[in-house]
Amino acid sequence: MRDISLHLLDIAQNSVTAEAKHVDISFELEEDGRLTMTVRDDGKGMSPELLARIESPFATTRTTRKVGLGIPMLKQNALLSGGDVMVQSRLGEGTVLTAAFMTSSIDCLPLGDLPETFVSLIVGNPEKPEFSLVCKSPAGEMDFSTAAVREALGGVPLNEPEVVNWMLGSLQEEIQPILGGIM
Amino acid sequence: MKSLAELEQIRKATLEKINLRKEDKQDLTRVVIGMATCGIAAGARPVMHAFMDEINKRQLNHVTVSQTGCIGMCRLEPMVDVITPDGAKTTYVHVKPEMVPRIVAEHVVNGRAVEEYTIGAAEDK
Repeated sequence: MRDISLHLLDIAQNSVTAEAKHVDISFELEEDGRLTMTVRDDGKGMSPELLARIESPFATTRTTRKVGLGIPMLKQNALLSGGDVMVQSRLGEGTVLTAAFMTSSIDCLPLGDLPETFVSLIVGNPEKPEFSLVCKSPAGEMDFSTAAVREALGGVPLNEPEVVNWMLGSLQEEIQPILGGIM
Repeated sequence: MKSLAELEQIRKATLEKINLRKEDKQDLTRVVIGMATCGIAAGARPVMHAFMDEINKRQLNHVTVSQTGCIGMCRLEPMVDVITPDGAKTTYVHVKPEMVPRIVAEHVVNGRAVEEYTIGAAEDK
C-alpha cells in the first residue's frame, strides 16, 4: 500500500464483510506527530481463536485461498514508522482496530487522499453500513456521517454522481486544514 | 459537517432522474471494480474515481459503478468488469485511470470492447 488511507479502504471493508451496521472511523493527529487511526464496527466480531491469529498472513475467513494480507501489511507499515496495530474484538459485539503511525518518521507512509478514500467506501457500499469519519489535530476537528447525508437526501442514493461530488468537495474542504500537513 | 442545505437542492434535482432510470432498468450497464487488498494495492481507487468522473462528465444515467472483492487473479489487478445490458461481461486487466475514458467511450457508450485492454489480450502475451 502506498498510503495510510489505502489501508483504511482495505481494513474498513472487513467491517462491511462482518455485516456491521455502523463503521466509525477516526484519525487523530497529536502535537508530537503521532497519528492514530481507529476503525470501530458493530459487526459480528471475532472469536478469541481467530483474533489470536489475525496478524498472520495465513489467517483468513474466506474459503477460496489461504492468505489474507490486509492486517499483516497494515501492521508492517505501522511498525516501520515506530507505531503499532491493536485489534480488540468480541463475538457478536464488534471489532475495534487501532493503528498508530509516527508521522515524524522518514519511514512513515503519507496519509494519502483521505477524502477520495472515504467516498470510495461509501460508493462501494451505498446502502449499508452507515459510515462516520472524525478527524482531529491541534489545528481543529471535523466530523462527517453518512446517516446525516442519507436523511437529508430522503431516498436519493448516496452513489448518485451529484451526491458523490458534494461529499468529495465537502470532505476535501474540511479535512485539508486539519490533516493537510500529512497528506 | 458542511451545510446539509445544499443536499436539498441535489435531492430535488436528482429524484426525477432516478425515477426515469427506474422505468427502463434493462438498459443498465454495470462497471464492477475489484477492490480487495490486491486491487487497492495495485491502484483500484483512482480507477474507480476515474470511472465515476467520466460517467458523470458524459451524464450517463444508465451506468452504475460498484465494487467486488478478490476474484483470485491478483497479478492482473486492477481488474474491471463491464457488464452491458445484453448480459455480456468483459474483463479489463491492469487498468489505469488513463485507460478509463477510452473504455467508457468505446465500450460503455458505443458497445465495442477495447480488445487490447481485456484479459484475453493480456493472457495471449
